[in-house]
Parts: sequence; C-alpha cells; structure tokens
Amino acid sequence: MRGAKPILLGLAALAVFAAVLEVLVRSGQVPKLVVASPSDTAAAIGRLIAEGNLLSALGATLLTASASVAAAVIVGLPAGYWLHKHPRYGLAYRNWLGALFAAPLVLIYPVVLVLFGRTYASTGFMGFLVGLVAVVLYTREGLAAVSPTLVRVGRAFNLTPAQEFWKILLPAGAPMIFTGIRLGTIYALVNIIGVEFLINFGGLGFLVSDTYDRFDIPGMYAAILCVILVSGGMLWLLGRVQIWLRPA
Amino acid sequence: MSRAAAIAPRAPAVKGTAVHGTGAIRLATLVGFAILWEILGQTGLVFGEALPPMSAVALAAAREIASAAFYTHLGVTAGEVAGGFVFGVLPGVAVGLLFGARRVLGAAADPYIAALATTPKIVFLPIVMLLVGIGPGSKVALGAVSAFFPVVIATAAGMRAIPPVFVRVGRAFNLAPAQMVRMVYLPALALPIVTGMRLGLGVCIIGVLLGELKLAKAGLGFLAGDYYNQYSFPALYAIVAIVFVLAALANAAMSRLVRRAEAHR
Repeated sequence: MRGAKPILLGLAALAVFAAVLEVLVRSGQVPKLVVASPSDTAAAIGRLIAEGNLLSALGATLLTASASVAAAVIVGLPAGYWLHKHPRYGLAYRNWLGALFAAPLVLIYPVVLVLFGRTYASTGFMGFLVGLVAVVLYTREGLAAVSPTLVRVGRAFNLTPAQEFWKILLPAGAPMIFTGIRLGTIYALVNIIGVEFLINFGGLGFLVSDTYDRFDIPGMYAAILCVILVSGGMLWLLGRVQIWLRPA
Repeated sequence: MSRAAAIAPRAPAVKGTAVHGTGAIRLATLVGFAILWEILGQTGLVFGEALPPMSAVALAAAREIASAAFYTHLGVTAGEVAGGFVFGVLPGVAVGLLFGARRVLGAAADPYIAALATTPKIVFLPIVMLLVGIGPGSKVALGAVSAFFPVVIATAAGMRAIPPVFVRVGRAFNLAPAQMVRMVYLPALALPIVTGMRLGLGVCIIGVLLGELKLAKAGLGFLAGDYYNQYSFPALYAIVAIVFVLAALANAAMSRLVRRAEAHR
C-alpha cells in the first residue's frame, strides 16, 4: 500500500503513544527511573548534542563502520572474483560462505576481544568480519549469474581479463554485488554498535552503556533512540541506493 | 586458447571436474587451517598468549563437556532461550496476522518494524534490566524482543501473499471462522511462520547469550565472560566453539521443520 495515508497513520499512532507515555510517566504511574518521558528524552538529546557526546559517538560509530566496510570491499571483491575465476574453489567454499553468512558471528566477540583488546580494532574487526562474508558471497553469486552471452561477446572482442572484469563482469554483476555491500554495511553497523555496548568502548553503543552506568535514564533512552534512528536510517538509505542502481 | 574453445559455453566442463575437486579442497582447507592455528598457538608468533593452540582448545572443550557445571550453565541458557522463543513467537504471530490482515495498519507499521528489526537488540538490555531486573528474566525478555521481529515480518508477508481466491472459496463454502483458520489460513501460513521462527530462534540465541555476557550469574554466556575475566583463554575459545556448534544444531533442526512445512504445501 502506497500513498500518504499509512505514513500519516503511523505518525499519528506514534504521537498518541508518546502522549500516553508522557502522561503515564508524569503522573507517576510509570516510575521515572524506569522509563524516561518523551519530553525528557528529547531534552536529553539536546543536552547530549550540546555536551558533544552524541555527535562524537555517532562519528566514531560511522567512521568505524565505514572503515570496516571499506576493508571488507577491498578484500571481499577480489576474493569473490577469484572464487568466480576458480569455480572449483567457488563451489567448495560456497556452502561454507552461506553457513557463515547465517551463523551468529557476533558471538565470537569475546575471542576478538582477547586478540585485539578494548580498542577500535576489536569493534572494527567485528564489522569487517560480517561485512566480508556478505561481500564475498554476493560478489561470487553476482559474477556467476552474469549472462554467458555477455562474456562471450567480450571474448569475441578479445578483451583482456582486466577489460573483461571492468567492462563486462563488474557492470553486469553490480546490482547483486551492491546487495552484498548493502547487507554487509547494515550487519557491520549493527554488530559494531552491539559490540560497543558490550565492551563499553567506542561510539553509540558505548553511549548507551555509559549513560546507563551513570544512571542518566533520559540520556540512555536518547542514546537508544539514536541507535534505532541510525540503524533504520542506514537501512532506508541503502535501500534507496539499491533502487537507483537497478537497471531500468 | 582457440577461439572456438573460448566461445563454447564452459559451464558443463567446469561442473564435471568440480564435483571431484571440492571435497579435497575442503579437506585441505580444514587441515591447513588447523595446522596454521596450531603453529600460531604453539609459537605465540602473532597473538602471543591470546591465541592458544587448537589442541589446548580441544582439550578444554573435552573438559567442559565432561564437567557437571557446564550442564548447569547449559540448562540455564537453554531455559532462557526457550522462554524467549515462546514469548517472542506467540505475540509475533498474533501481530503479524493483524498487520497482514489489515493492510493499512501493516503499511503504517512497516517503517517502524523495519527500523526496530534492524536495530541491535542488545542495546535494549538496559531498558529490559530496568523493567524486569538483572536476573534470567532479562535474558528471556531480550530473547523475546529479538525473536519477535523476524516472526512478525514473515507472518505479515505470508498473510499478504495468500491468494484472495482461496479466501473467497472458503467464504463460498460458508466456512465458520475456525474452519477458515484451519482449512485456509493455517495451511497457507505454515511455511512463512516456520521460516520466521527459524530466523527468530537464531537471533533469540544471540540475544540471550549477549545478555549473559554483559551481565549474568549463570549460563554459557556468563561462563565465557567468567573465563575471559580469569584469562582462561583455551576454555573461553572452547565455550565459544561449543556455542557455535549448538547454534548450528538448533538452526539445522529448524531447517528440517521448514522443509517439512515446504513438503506439506
């Protein structure tokens, strides 16, 4: 269902929910130490911005995510291409990649913590790992799905392997490869925020656990709200890019 | 390479040789990985103490499996996962049916559900701990919040995918609401719901274990955190490996259920 009606309905429901919550918290029906009122949460967002915590946390998370996704693409794109060029290896590792893609990789963070300590290397590596699996998997699948006709045309024009990659395989496989980058980016971002929360280090995830530890309940709700906005915003943004990339 | 060979379709030729090679490649990869791990661990070349040799981890895993305490922690985690799964799936199916049946509602909720489904659930742990305390209840709640979203999304999508003609035929036969559910909706929704449950169980396990790792007194996540604090790295690696095996088994069991639902169609 498209059009403005569902959007307005959603916003109206959200407004009613916030109003009810505000009344419940202000009247003391819901203790202030458990749930921050929407107005206090909004004020806390302003305060966290003014203190410089929120934007620096957002920057730290987004920078870590960008670096880990960039590394995942730099390593994963050639790896996926290699697996495509060596189909025996591609077939051998295909199911393993699928299993890794579905596996709860975030659960290895204690091991990563042992290896890299409470540093950006740990949070970044956790993002890199999930991003890499997605990029390699989808790059291989995307290149394997390129129409053999296109490849044969390239052969007929005597393209070098490099020309074949840049002029035929990459453009034809781009939508699927971008799906891998899109999923990898979202998983990396989410994993990074989660690990930041778990190890009390880094950006937005750290802000959530830090405000909780200081019992700054409105600040904590503000930080969690920002995590939701950033996660949902990234999902929406990359979805738009994917639509834009799709061949007409 | 001759032009003819270059132009000929190459897929069949690849397949013939590939079937033979894959097993050997996988075996060689596993053996190579084990040897590399053992060497790095024994020599402490790259990571020093932080990477124990594979043999030490295997030994630690065997010790865990033989110890009674391990099963106590396993029982706590299994109970929390089971509780979270039930409390996530039941409301998930109910809300999914509602969003699937009332399309305007579903469309209105869609962006919020999508954003919340993407959000790392572990950041809700502080709210959950404020609401239900820091005990096992908080892990159950986190598991439930995690399992809820995949089930809602899959159920609502399944509901929307039911061909309207099925519903009209049911109405034409004057089926009672209970009969409509049993004869029209349930058969059509079994597969999407079970698929959502498979994804839900996976994220439920993640939610429970991460919750235990952050703050708990028992459970496999607590055990891993405890070994971390004691610098018992082989035991920590062993617990993480065991958790992965258990999660894979749970996923395999749910995949069987999905295949049965598929066959039922």
